[in-house]
Amino acid sequence: MSSRPLPAWSMPAGRGEDLQLPVEWPAQLTREWAWGDSTGKDIRVCILDSGIEPGHPLVGELDEAVAVTVLEGDEIEITEDQEGDLCGHGTACAGIVRALAPECRISSVRVLGAGFTGSGPALLGGLRWAVEQGFDVINMSLSTTKRQFAGILHELADTAYFRKTVLVASAHNMPVESYPWRFSSVLSVGSHEEPEPLAYYYNPNPPVEFFARGVDVEVAWLAGGKLRVTGNSFATPHMSGICALVLGKHRELTPFQLKSVLYLTAGNVGGGR
Amino acid sequence: MSEDLRAAVAAGVLGAEEEHRALLQSVVEVARAIFSARASSVFLLDEEADELVFEAVAGEGAESLIGQRIPSSTGIAGWVLVTRQPLVIDDLANDPRHARDVAESTGYVPHGLMCVPLLHEEKALGVLNVLDRASQFTLEEMELLGLFANQSAIALDLLQRARRAQAVLAESGDPAEALARVASLLEGDNGDAGRKLLGALEDVLRPRM
Repeated sequence: MSSRPLPAWSMPAGRGEDLQLPVEWPAQLTREWAWGDSTGKDIRVCILDSGIEPGHPLVGELDEAVAVTVLEGDEIEITEDQEGDLCGHGTACAGIVRALAPECRISSVRVLGAGFTGSGPALLGGLRWAVEQGFDVINMSLSTTKRQFAGILHELADTAYFRKTVLVASAHNMPVESYPWRFSSVLSVGSHEEPEPLAYYYNPNPPVEFFARGVDVEVAWLAGGKLRVTGNSFATPHMSGICALVLGKHRELTPFQLKSVLYLTAGNVGGGR
Repeated sequence: MSEDLRAAVAAGVLGAEEEHRALLQSVVEVARAIFSARASSVFLLDEEADELVFEAVAGEGAESLIGQRIPSSTGIAGWVLVTRQPLVIDDLANDPRHARDVAESTGYVPHGLMCVPLLHEEKALGVLNVLDRASQFTLEEMELLGLFANQSAIALDLLQRARRAQAVLAESGDPAEALARVASLLEGDNGDAGRKLLGALEDVLRPRM
């Protein structure tokens, strides 16, 4: 690999050798190559959700837990989260990621609790903060229908993409226009009905890119408990966990490359081998 | 004023308040029937108070609790409203806090809950709950629930706009108020005569070139 940084905008003449990839890709890409023996070690995963219950046995230690507060004039304040999970959903997502990638590092950004009217600014503020922190994976089982937020969300999604942060977002299974899952810089996830946590499929009919397990899933919930749940919002952390596994073994992958690996290892493409 | 005026005309025709109540009741009854559920309920967002208000229930449930308010961004209903994502929980009794919350608005502790947001265009109007369906939930059912919630939200949004316009006119001393009332009467039995009269009035009042 060249010690020179890769050119940002164009490739200087005769410098093709500078563009060598830091990892050799096999002719036939397998799941074993993609994440064999990986535990997602040290991969930083952010759960942007309702908070995470501290000390839940299915989640374990958290790296960090912050809450987003919306002040006057929609100003945002990020503080240490003292309340934990206000719903149970964030804990459920964290538990799914932990089960798939046991050695990843999980952080919580709580964007719920600011009331409905504060929820848009909280979502934007939380996502902006998470992108600035340089997480490897941001799990977002949320969406907004407010068009006024679409532009900023799009910019944040692109910023994350270029900074090598994978934004994994729940697709909407309702007939409405919502964001950010529709943006192509985001890895969008819908549900399939199979019970295997590592089964996922590429969708050749965009905008939803991947289908992962999202039906009748046993998840961590409040008070150290468990529940059985269904929804795209539970398929999403399955893909986040799988991303953490792949990045744990191939840390250098850009979001584009990671999506390519996921495509080539999807159950309906060549995966499962 | 012109948009409100148009909406006010619609409001006059629809008798918005009564229709609103009837529509909400119909939504929960149909939702209950579609999924052979034990009960169905609906919470609407009160934007001014930033709270969810328990508006209607079908099947097993406590109608006396209609009007009860819960926070708009916490708990399962708050999560569904804020995130716009539908959610299904199959053993709610394992979550004592929420089971109690739901029980307080239904009069009993359900095992299973489907909660779906009521979305129309950019707006999140509230959430629709289906409690204790007869069979195991499938993705197909979730899509059906989404479609039904969408239809309900379109109807609710229309009526809510009419209600707001009525409220605006009720408080307004605007001369347009009287005009709106007159215009709303044009749909009645004497509509033809009224339209002729208004046409003549317009002719008299229009500035001459």
